[in-house]
Amino acid sequence: MVGAGLVVIGVGIGIGKIGGSAMEAIARQPESYGKIQTAMLIAAALIEGIGFAALFAV
Amino acid sequence: MQRKITIKALTLVFLLISFVSYANEDPQKGDLKTEIKAYIQHHLEDSYDFSLTSYTNDAGEKVYWGFPLPVILWDNGLKVFSSSKFHHGKTVAEVDGNFYKVYHTKIYKTDAEGTINYDAEKHPTNAKPLDFSMTKNVVVIFLVGLLMFFMFKGLAKSYAKNNGIAKGTARILEPIILYIRDDIAIPNIGEKKYKKYMPYLLTVFFFVWFINMLGLTPLGVNVTNSISVTVALALITFLITNFTGTKDYWKHIFDPLGDTMPWYAKVPLYIILIPIEVLGIFIKPFSLLIRLYANIKAGHIVMMSLIGLMFLFKSWLGSPLSFGLAFAISLIELLVALLQAYIFTMLSALYFGFAAEEHEHHEEAHTH
Repeated sequence: MVGAGLVVIGVGIGIGKIGGSAMEAIARQPESYGKIQTAMLIAAALIEGIGFAALFAV
Repeated sequence: MQRKITIKALTLVFLLISFVSYANEDPQKGDLKTEIKAYIQHHLEDSYDFSLTSYTNDAGEKVYWGFPLPVILWDNGLKVFSSSKFHHGKTVAEVDGNFYKVYHTKIYKTDAEGTINYDAEKHPTNAKPLDFSMTKNVVVIFLVGLLMFFMFKGLAKSYAKNNGIAKGTARILEPIILYIRDDIAIPNIGEKKYKKYMPYLLTVFFFVWFINMLGLTPLGVNVTNSISVTVALALITFLITNFTGTKDYWKHIFDPLGDTMPWYAKVPLYIILIPIEVLGIFIKPFSLLIRLYANIKAGHIVMMSLIGLMFLFKSWLGSPLSFGLAFAISLIELLVALLQAYIFTMLSALYFGFAAEEHEHHEEAHTH
């Protein structure tokens, strides 16, 4: 249970970092908005998968 | 000014919440909690009848609104009967001298009284007939299939009738299809080969999206939070990836270093590298199925739990709080329904892209 909570915290930090970096990247290069968004979603989805794996292992 | 008001309002809400949580020292609370849990559990499971709602009437009887579905069993011969014989799992169904009972959404063969025997770990030891029943999930999948068939048939017809211009409801679909072609298929798979994969990508996108959206209606549909459905979807992606894999795809797995090293230097590396690459073939579809299943299931659990709060709080604050939260989560779930369909399609296209990779990308392949 505690482990799952820790994993979720990690996942939260990870997705937050991805979102923040994507925001910065978009602000710097608004013309490549679409590409950045796609890459962001893929990375976020991959991290999220780990989080769910941890939750279902409980 | 506005910020101040927001902070004040938030403080008020938190204050009231702390009051409410102290105020409810109800002896019945434990029972209510287990009842809500049972309700959520029941909602997440597949069932043998399509019940829209149920309530307890004044006489204390449970009344169900819905309709039964056919149960199809293979038990020394085909047995087909209506699920109304189970009376929502309460009674034993008799068919040709055999008795069947539903226990935890599985059908077991029992005696006339419906006795279920357990082993040491509390698992039933009764015989389980092979089950091909039209359950609720099967019906919904068929309905979505039909819906998609007529929608896209309409789009195709409208092209033929109006000289290549979509008219009417079909117009909504056209930009989505173009988006999947231009922003998902072509960048990931490549200009040359994407056409082969388009039918599957379009089908899986619209199927997952429609089913996720239906899950948000009050019909009690929950197909994508049954793991067998997502397993089947991921299995198709897995099979397509590996059967359309080019020579380069397999070379990347079993001989990623190629001619850059003599064979005696590659052997110790490959002892580690090849198992990882082979495992990767299976992990990719596995992560696909877990992601879809877990996202939708988690969404349903959160939404039902928030609605359950209304009954737990039992005060004037409970309803608006529960309504507000459930409303907000519903909006997020609308986004998630689309996002999961998009991610599933996107990652499938990415894997197909790896499989269809030709030699000119070889320099890139070394870096990862």
